[in-house]
Amino acid sequence: MEQILANGVYLGSQYAMIALGLTLIFALMNVLNFAHGQMYVIGGFVTYTFYGQWGVPFVLALVMSCVTLAILGALIERYLFAPVIKGPAREESTMLLAAGIAFFLDAVILLVFGEKQSGVPKIVDGVFNYDFRLIMPYDRILICVLAILSIVAFIGLMQYTKTGRALRALAQDRTAAQLMGVNVDRYSMIGFALGAMLAGLVGGLLVTITGVNLGMGGATSIKAFMMVMIGGAGVISGAIWDGIILGFMEAIGLALLYQYGDITYLLIFVSLMIFLAIRPQGLMGKPWG
Amino acid sequence: MQRRSLIQAALTAATLTAFGVTSALAENPALKIGFVGVTSGPAAAWGISNQRSMEARAAWLNETGGYTIGGTTYDIEIVSFDDQKDPKRAIAGMEKMAQEGIHYVVGPNVDDGAAAVRPVAESNGIMYFPYAFPKSLYQAPASNAVLGMVANYQSGPAIYKYLMENKGVKTVAFIAANESDPLSQRDGGVAAAKELGLEVVSDNVTYQVDTTDFTPVLTPVMRSRPDLLVLSGVSPANAPQLIRSARELGFQGIISTETAQDAGVLAEGAGDLAKGFISVGGASTPELASPMMNEFVDRYTEMFGEYNDESNTKVYALEYILETLKAEPSAIDDVEAFKAKMDTFEAPNPYMNGDAKLRYVGMSSFGQKRQVAVPLVVNVYQDGAFETLFVAEVD
Repeated sequence: MEQILANGVYLGSQYAMIALGLTLIFALMNVLNFAHGQMYVIGGFVTYTFYGQWGVPFVLALVMSCVTLAILGALIERYLFAPVIKGPAREESTMLLAAGIAFFLDAVILLVFGEKQSGVPKIVDGVFNYDFRLIMPYDRILICVLAILSIVAFIGLMQYTKTGRALRALAQDRTAAQLMGVNVDRYSMIGFALGAMLAGLVGGLLVTITGVNLGMGGATSIKAFMMVMIGGAGVISGAIWDGIILGFMEAIGLALLYQYGDITYLLIFVSLMIFLAIRPQGLMGKPWG
Repeated sequence: MQRRSLIQAALTAATLTAFGVTSALAENPALKIGFVGVTSGPAAAWGISNQRSMEARAAWLNETGGYTIGGTTYDIEIVSFDDQKDPKRAIAGMEKMAQEGIHYVVGPNVDDGAAAVRPVAESNGIMYFPYAFPKSLYQAPASNAVLGMVANYQSGPAIYKYLMENKGVKTVAFIAANESDPLSQRDGGVAAAKELGLEVVSDNVTYQVDTTDFTPVLTPVMRSRPDLLVLSGVSPANAPQLIRSARELGFQGIISTETAQDAGVLAEGAGDLAKGFISVGGASTPELASPMMNEFVDRYTEMFGEYNDESNTKVYALEYILETLKAEPSAIDDVEAFKAKMDTFEAPNPYMNGDAKLRYVGMSSFGQKRQVAVPLVVNVYQDGAFETLFVAEVD
């Protein structure tokens, strides 16, 4: 039981981090960012290059991942999404644009970083072992703590800073926020950059454990979408809670159902379908959107 | 490193295109040989070693004047298609080969891809050399596929027997990804282990193909405390993560797989934790390698900036195709002539020392000669590189 709880917290914190950036972008701009997984992969590769290849301290490499993705996110919003959103195009245009960006980023990753799995040296050696009832490598504990601290910092930013208030206002009602004097264009760009930065941050954190390869982007996006749908599209607290719920579901399923084969995700998807049929707005979303 | 390799490869390709290939093609007719396999994603290392082996060997042949079959000297042109490990794309790739009039194709790399392309290959007169293990591909009535390596049901028993006799292994656990190749390899491994008298303590734990953190997946396997953990059909991307998680969970036994791995990926992903990891290696060792094999390795390394041990096996498929065509020139457009020649074909093996022969085998496994004869080399990973554990032969 101790192991299940520990795995649940560890997986949950990872998933919450992955979902946060995606839901933030959706909340601000009503854009389903299909390229979120690719941004995560780029974050992993930037940390891999700085920390794994060039020997730069891990924290600095992590900062580089954040900065790179923030700049990339800002550029994508400014030059791609903003013109499409402002134009008379249908809403699906942003989805097609996001899918196009995902394919484009996949191609860029292949060209720049190659097709193979890449990994970095462990940031902390050793394993916490409590009588073989609870086993957790120290690096996973550290990553879990860093992920939780990042989530807390993000919530703090959203709650207690001027930027956070502006972003929340934008998420609640774009027109009203504009009427209240919020520079919508500027904060849309900041919000998208922040969402992309979160993808880069979690990619950089997890490359120390999972490594990184080109194929991880699509699978990461699917998991992130799943969490956003259950938590309630565009609801930040929903994404966090659902990350944790998904982490625990996975940990419990893997620990208790392994003798029946790989049915954990089958059950998770079935639960998701039933849940959405009953509550289509998600756990914390409002029925009106 | 990878970026540099990529740029290096691109420059090499550009240079070859601009100077070498173009001028050579102007002199000799081209003999197109296809490759359909996975060169992107988690299993990319398998297909890339195929493609690069073929390109390196073709460039070498073209540089030395081409390859003569039935009095005509050809330049060898490799036509490649990345199937992304997707059977639908593999079919599209094989159809592309058919449209280009290609009769000899290397690949695909995995079971479902190899099974998917069978109708296309058979209806278009294409012989193909998969790196996939389903026996139905090689047993009658199938006749167009030729296994390009040693199958897991041939290497697995050899590895288990070696470990039982030399390391005192008595219990074994299997873990596999939830997709066709790894699951069928797991089932084959479990059957072989039981037949040898090993106690199988866990064989029902599987993981999602896109799993990135294996600690929760491996926890129940570790509770069964096996002497040997077999990573059935594991891809080069997942192997280091599985090894790392198993070691971090306190597993001190032996870890093995029947698939080929990449030492560089293991070094990066698992570091010293991968020490002692056993896998099927490329079909060569320093003792077995002939001067021609050594030159191939040098040329490959110069061309692509790195070398994958698995290419010691992957170099053979193209050689078998060309040597068989040389022995039976009419087969260049007629795969039935190629099939007929396979039963009696024999030629010196240029990549091995001594009097080793290129010949088709497979009578005991498939009832017909539908496998290339290459030595089974089992490796153990030590300090960033593979070392030979033992060498065996299979039919």
